[in-house]
Amino acid sequence: MSTRIRFVIFALGALGLGALLVHGVVDLPSFGNYPGPYGDLIAKLAPKERHMVNTVTAVVFDYRGFDTMGEELLLFGAASAVALLLRERREEDVHGVDDRVTSPAVRGVGALAAVMLLVIGLNVVSHGFITPGGGFQGGVILASAFAVVFLTVEYRAYREIATTSFGEPVEAFGAGAYVGLGLVALGFGLSFLQNFMELGIPGRLSSGGSAIFVNFSSALAVFGGFLVIFSEYIEENMRERHQ
Amino acid sequence: MSVLPYLLAAWIFLAGLYGIVSSRNLIHLVVCVSVCQSATYVLLLAVGYKKGGTAPVFADIPSSRRVVDPVVQSLTLTDLVVAVAVSALLLSLALKVYDHHESLDPGEVTELAG
Repeated sequence: MSTRIRFVIFALGALGLGALLVHGVVDLPSFGNYPGPYGDLIAKLAPKERHMVNTVTAVVFDYRGFDTMGEELLLFGAASAVALLLRERREEDVHGVDDRVTSPAVRGVGALAAVMLLVIGLNVVSHGFITPGGGFQGGVILASAFAVVFLTVEYRAYREIATTSFGEPVEAFGAGAYVGLGLVALGFGLSFLQNFMELGIPGRLSSGGSAIFVNFSSALAVFGGFLVIFSEYIEENMRERHQ
Repeated sequence: MSVLPYLLAAWIFLAGLYGIVSSRNLIHLVVCVSVCQSATYVLLLAVGYKKGGTAPVFADIPSSRRVVDPVVQSLTLTDLVVAVAVSALLLSLALKVYDHHESLDPGEVTELAG
């Protein structure tokens, strides 16, 4: 198909789709006049009923905890697929690559940034039910600390702290613990992933009951998943540089 | 115009779609897919916005305060994770295509041409 015909077909389709989208949104309630009852209900109920002051995290790990499990497993599947696709290309591990970052200033700042990112990541994870944040965001920040080590210090240092035998079990444990917490609730005769612990005082670090552990397990799964994805791409990059 | 944010979402989506169709490089194409996905964040957050509403975190605000919809915000969070998973997977597929064809131009990958 020539480029020209392709663009004509696209223009026709885009016009049609654009018209439908415009038609679809003009009758929506005007911006700022939110009509939905669910959000209001959750915002009112979550702090009282679940003792979680961050209602967004309450939705993610409690009210819609089951859906989040699906999302968790989706990330798990994607990370595994990336590992499968890329590992097949590599015959062996890369050895003897020298990519030491020579500037001591960059190394110093990088090491400092990595430590700070770890602390911030843990802070964001553990305060998930109190301040904006939670397992997903915190898990990504934790994993980015490792990426900073690769970018600013050296490949070998990255390999030492983020071996494949580290990221994979962390991810698997996180995803497994998430499902496990749901099963524990079943064991107590409750619904899947229902809270089975003391709810604590709203606004305190310990508030949220067993959803705290759901939060932490998703942090581990996201952290591990990102590490696996980072490692595969970094390994790929080093292989190409090596050749 | 009170529906402008929704139209913005539609525009971002179509811009991403144009990028996908006109792409001459698979890496560029993956970025265009992310652009399409970001239209959904704009749409979701716009739908949940309430005039004068603040973030739905009641740590330091009275429970009577107007807040925006927390449900669409958590949906956006889900959306982001899906976007990351999709991008990571597509990029590794792009690497595989490069292995087989020594090219990232979708026009040169003729095996799937109809």
